[in-house]
Amino acid sequence: MSQSEYWPDLQEATFAEPWQAQVFALTVKLNEGGIFSWSEWSEALGKELAGAAQDGSDYYERWLLALDGLLVRKHVATPAQIQDLTEAWQRAAEATPHGKPILLENDPLGEASR
Amino acid sequence: MAARTRALETILVGKGLVDPAAVDALIETYETRVGPRNGARVVAKAWMDPSFAQWLRSDATAAIASLGYSGRQGEHMRALFNGDGVHNLVVCTLCSCYPWSVLGLPPVWYKSPPYRSRAVIDPRRVLGEFGVVLPAETRIEVWDSTAELRYLVIPQRPPNTDDLDEEQLAALVTRDSMIGTGFPRARP
Repeated sequence: MSQSEYWPDLQEATFAEPWQAQVFALTVKLNEGGIFSWSEWSEALGKELAGAAQDGSDYYERWLLALDGLLVRKHVATPAQIQDLTEAWQRAAEATPHGKPILLENDPLGEASR
Repeated sequence: MAARTRALETILVGKGLVDPAAVDALIETYETRVGPRNGARVVAKAWMDPSFAQWLRSDATAAIASLGYSGRQGEHMRALFNGDGVHNLVVCTLCSCYPWSVLGLPPVWYKSPPYRSRAVIDPRRVLGEFGVVLPAETRIEVWDSTAELRYLVIPQRPPNTDDLDEEQLAALVTRDSMIGTGFPRARP
């Protein structure tokens, strides 16, 4: 909608990639569930956004880091747990043929790795 | 990033802290149903109905909720009326607080570091970059959003629109005009 050359609308859709929508919705639901207040969230996000890319392109990367950190501080997850599951999902994605849904069960190392 | 997001979701669903169906429903809402058209309806009603405008001035949270738009985080709304000699501009210097219920999710520039800092330091220049050139005597008021308080700018009604109905007026209201970085469209 903005036609400014200085402030272009870089993105037509609300979310550029599905994971951005996912991490957004998880955050809203956790707030609604009382895991953290929205002020706590704003503060966590604000800290991560200090030093963000000038064009705003890494906004949801930083959002994810903020959520990650807040969940650790709230003792909902440990960094090791998040890291192990992230690697399992990566292996599952690599092992899944193109066009098929990625499932955690597709992780070739399976439960043994987690 | 996708794998890390899936990892968090696996943990949260496993602990029963989020319901995957509710997550999907929320995404669908924000992708299709919540957007600046909601805010445009608020603005058009304020232009048409002086008593609604008065309600917006005194209790924007309730007036906006009467149209079915309520914040998810229990945040309060304040309506900022542009007028002759005053122009309002909204920013969130800390992060990206934004009135989701009436404008949807913010554009990329709203979340970018230059906007968040420069809108406060040099609003007149930033507005000029958006094509909003104001008379030198117009006062620019910059409002810093928070987790608890979000702002909706009510732009001035464009001239020669007395015969338009609410729906036609709403079509003239742009997203940027409700942030303060734009004007409503002229009537076609």
